[in-house]
Amino acid sequence: MLDPAIIFAGVLNGLLAGGIYVLVAVGLTLIYGVLHIINFAHGSLLMLAMYAVFFLWRLLGIDPYVALPIVIAGSFAFGYVLYRGLIGRLSHGRDENILLITLGLAIVFDNVALLLFTGDSQTIDVAYAGTIVQVGAAFLPLPKIISFLAAIALCGVLGVVMARSQLGKAIRAVARERQGARLVGIDVEHVFAIAYGIGIACLGAAACLLMPTFYVSPTSGHAFVLIAFTTVVLGGMGSFVGAAAGGLIIGITESLGGLLLGEQLGQIGISLIFILILLLRPTGLFGVGR
Amino acid sequence: MSMSRKIRLSRRGVMAGTAAAVGALGLPAIGGAQAAAVKVGIIHPVTGFVAYNGQQGRLGATMAVEDVNKAGGIKAMGGARLEALLGDSQSKVEVGVSEVEKMNEAGVAAYIGCFQSPVGIAASQAAAKYNTPFLIDVGASDLLVTRGLKNVFRLKPGFGACVDQGIAALGALNEAAGKPAKTAAIVHESGEFGTGTAKLLAGKLPSVGIEAKELIAHDNPTRNFDNVALRIRSMAPDLVIMSNYQNEYVLLARTLHQQKVNLAGLFSVLGGGFNYKFVKELPDVAQYMMDTNHWFNPKSDKAQALKKRVEAGGALFTFEVYLAYSSVMLLADALERAGSADKAKLTAALESSTFNAELMPYGPTKFVNGQNQGGRAAIMQALKGDIEVIAPADVASAKAVFPKPKFG
Amino acid sequence: MSRRGLVFVAGGLVLAILYPWLVRAAGAAGLPVAPNYLINVGMLVCFTAFIGQSWNISGGFAGQMSFGHVVFFGTGAYGMAILQVTYGWNPWLAWPVAAALGAGVGWLIGALAFRAGLKGSYFALITLAVAEVFRILANSVPFTRGGLGLLIKADPGMANLQFRDPIWVYYLALLLCVAGLLIAWRLTRTRFGARLVAIRENEDAARALGIDVYAEKVKVLALSGAMGAAGGAFYVQKYLYVDPWIAFGVDKSVEMLLVSMVGGAGTIVGPLIGAGALTAINEITRMLASVVPALKNVQPLSLIVYGAMLILIVARLPDGLASLFGRRRGEAGRA
Repeated sequence: MLDPAIIFAGVLNGLLAGGIYVLVAVGLTLIYGVLHIINFAHGSLLMLAMYAVFFLWRLLGIDPYVALPIVIAGSFAFGYVLYRGLIGRLSHGRDENILLITLGLAIVFDNVALLLFTGDSQTIDVAYAGTIVQVGAAFLPLPKIISFLAAIALCGVLGVVMARSQLGKAIRAVARERQGARLVGIDVEHVFAIAYGIGIACLGAAACLLMPTFYVSPTSGHAFVLIAFTTVVLGGMGSFVGAAAGGLIIGITESLGGLLLGEQLGQIGISLIFILILLLRPTGLFGVGR
Repeated sequence: MSMSRKIRLSRRGVMAGTAAAVGALGLPAIGGAQAAAVKVGIIHPVTGFVAYNGQQGRLGATMAVEDVNKAGGIKAMGGARLEALLGDSQSKVEVGVSEVEKMNEAGVAAYIGCFQSPVGIAASQAAAKYNTPFLIDVGASDLLVTRGLKNVFRLKPGFGACVDQGIAALGALNEAAGKPAKTAAIVHESGEFGTGTAKLLAGKLPSVGIEAKELIAHDNPTRNFDNVALRIRSMAPDLVIMSNYQNEYVLLARTLHQQKVNLAGLFSVLGGGFNYKFVKELPDVAQYMMDTNHWFNPKSDKAQALKKRVEAGGALFTFEVYLAYSSVMLLADALERAGSADKAKLTAALESSTFNAELMPYGPTKFVNGQNQGGRAAIMQALKGDIEVIAPADVASAKAVFPKPKFG
Repeated sequence: MSRRGLVFVAGGLVLAILYPWLVRAAGAAGLPVAPNYLINVGMLVCFTAFIGQSWNISGGFAGQMSFGHVVFFGTGAYGMAILQVTYGWNPWLAWPVAAALGAGVGWLIGALAFRAGLKGSYFALITLAVAEVFRILANSVPFTRGGLGLLIKADPGMANLQFRDPIWVYYLALLLCVAGLLIAWRLTRTRFGARLVAIRENEDAARALGIDVYAEKVKVLALSGAMGAAGGAFYVQKYLYVDPWIAFGVDKSVEMLLVSMVGGAGTIVGPLIGAGALTAINEITRMLASVVPALKNVQPLSLIVYGAMLILIVARLPDGLASLFGRRRGEAGRA
């Protein structure tokens, strides 16, 4: 089992899996960084976006990659409205309240999906899903390479947007100094909603990139919730670089842990990392305090 | 659903009131001429995450009740009709037990259910308090029938029997093909179902000359099987034997297919995702996969007729349908022989039942500790987007393709 | 407590004690009711109120909101089952030990998390992760028999804490429920409870007042853990079977939180009101579903209502349904 070729392949597999985690986590960390809220509905929103991808494919025959701009735009709009209409209005700014409201939203979304789409899981069958790139002992599915590259690109784009653009400046200003931003005439609620919308748009991208190799069911988002939280906590809440590094580290850890300890116990590793980071270094690897 | 039960209860109340009034007038109370209906409690998870499976079970059971009534009811009881009380377990142990209590008070003679083993375990336990027979239509765990409860009967073969049969069939297949398979990797979900199957498989595979090289357990849900595929590729077993629920079954099958892992065969026992939906939606992935599962007898005219009726109604003829249907028929047969809905007599009639489950590839029914010894699973293979029975030979509808062709 | 309040409480208790006999009498009188079913529903309300109270003690009174409270429930359930099945203990003896195990787990989580200074959302998330670790462990280690689950032998009798007549199970659950109410009531009357409320409202101010915040929080989590475990032990004794999903599934964590939040976190009667309300919602949606065929998939429907209620209550009614009974608010301990 300790054949270096296998280990190498395991690391590559882990990196690719980590790419997906980065995609899911980057929205979460953005939302935390700007709004200082933990979005517990993240997994459920991912699930809704995956259903959107599925139905675009099933009903209109739109390829998941072609659907990227549609789903991203739709997710952004949904996130914006969700924040403006519900989360921002109802939370009264209390940390625990937001956690509970997003939990309530998760319960509602999951069960609406169950009501409308039943508990059956759905898959997309695209021809290129079976295309394999061989690197040493590793057989890497093309869709996963694409999602990995897209994740890195997305992190880069988000980083640049946040650092350079007018919008990014406004978002950072609001994140740092809410009152001050309001005084200089920034519509704070609007900026918050935009940040939340961008976070959800990232989920839209993740959904498109996931669907060629994964399935969707009302619970399929849950598979990524704890992972996303772990990624964000490991990287440091609010840090893009942290989310990227955290996602990849977790992907590799999970992969090697699974190879060496067995898949089942490998999963404990994720939760243990999460617990240990929270206990020992709550600011994460790249965090700047909380 | 449960409301229809409430309506029925209140109607019973009204009728009791009417009967009392009529009795006061000196007229005979109702029920004198026509035999009272025999109530059957039918409990499935018809809402929630496994709602589809539960609804399929309910469909089969209610169709059987209709058919019994159409054919004149229970003749030994003066043509008594069966009356189905429908319950929803919501996949929860508590709710399933609640339904048992509610139906007991409505006076059911027997229960049929429950799809999930934990719910079945607790619900049949609750029915045991009242000595009411509980017929397990679907429920894989052998804990259901190894507790020494006298009221539990399972028509379909248990876990262990399916594994034995699957291994025997696999051995025969391997033998006939010139023994292309010598080693196997077992990938199983870590719950009771997968773990139990995997242990049995690993213990018994050597008896047909196949060595279980490794057991790989995975959690539910699993996000990614790339590493499992990697390990399988590096181990290079001839067979992969799977034991998982639907989502992981399909994901694993897709991953092995996408990664073009060459195998002589992919085999499963009670494979959670091996069904019409899978073979029709992902025909390339499913092609040549084999499963040992509950299946109707394709050579039975009655089964084919029922299949047509179910499909005419827009549903699929899945195992939940014909297992629930057959369980109701087993009950009707026992009522016929007991000549009474008395619980002790009915239990005795079930214990000594020789019921012929015509839809199924079964021999005559014979219960030992509540488990039917006459049950048989079938071994199926996905071929060209359809499911064919490849063993046992007397019910086979196609010839197996084994070993499967390699990826080009 | 006012005279009126006393009358109210005494009346409620008498009614709860008489409840099974009343429904049986109603059944015997020919009314269209199913007495044992109703007794069973009453039992579930009491049981849910009790495990909700376990959450409420730490989450409501002390403000340490947990998303993984099922970890205590499952510890108790497995403790109770293992002590009986593997070690042949008598359940009467195993029950308090199971509760003590829950207290131990509560103490451990509290000691680790509170020492690290975790609060608010961070504490909620770490409890979620701990519950997940427990679930995977229960699925993997031999002494829980992994995913196969543990089956307790059915052998009804007072000595075995198993009852043929559902009335006794109901009374047992009622006893738990009343015990939970008493514990919550004590918290509104004791210095310990006052310190918890001070911590919830403002931890720094509480510390400035000389309260040992860490010790108090660990203590309350141990207490809450003992209650949750006692509830889990009761559950396993009623249904005689436990597996990793039953014991550590996230659904129960959410249920414990929901009944408490919806009823009124930090109030004495909140969890009881919440448990009653959720049962009522479930029954009403079932009724609706039978009238409107499009709604026949009731289970998600009632959960959608729960979720929406949670959102509304957090946003508009922070003291939950309990605050609708305005008079009780003063006693509830929330300032």
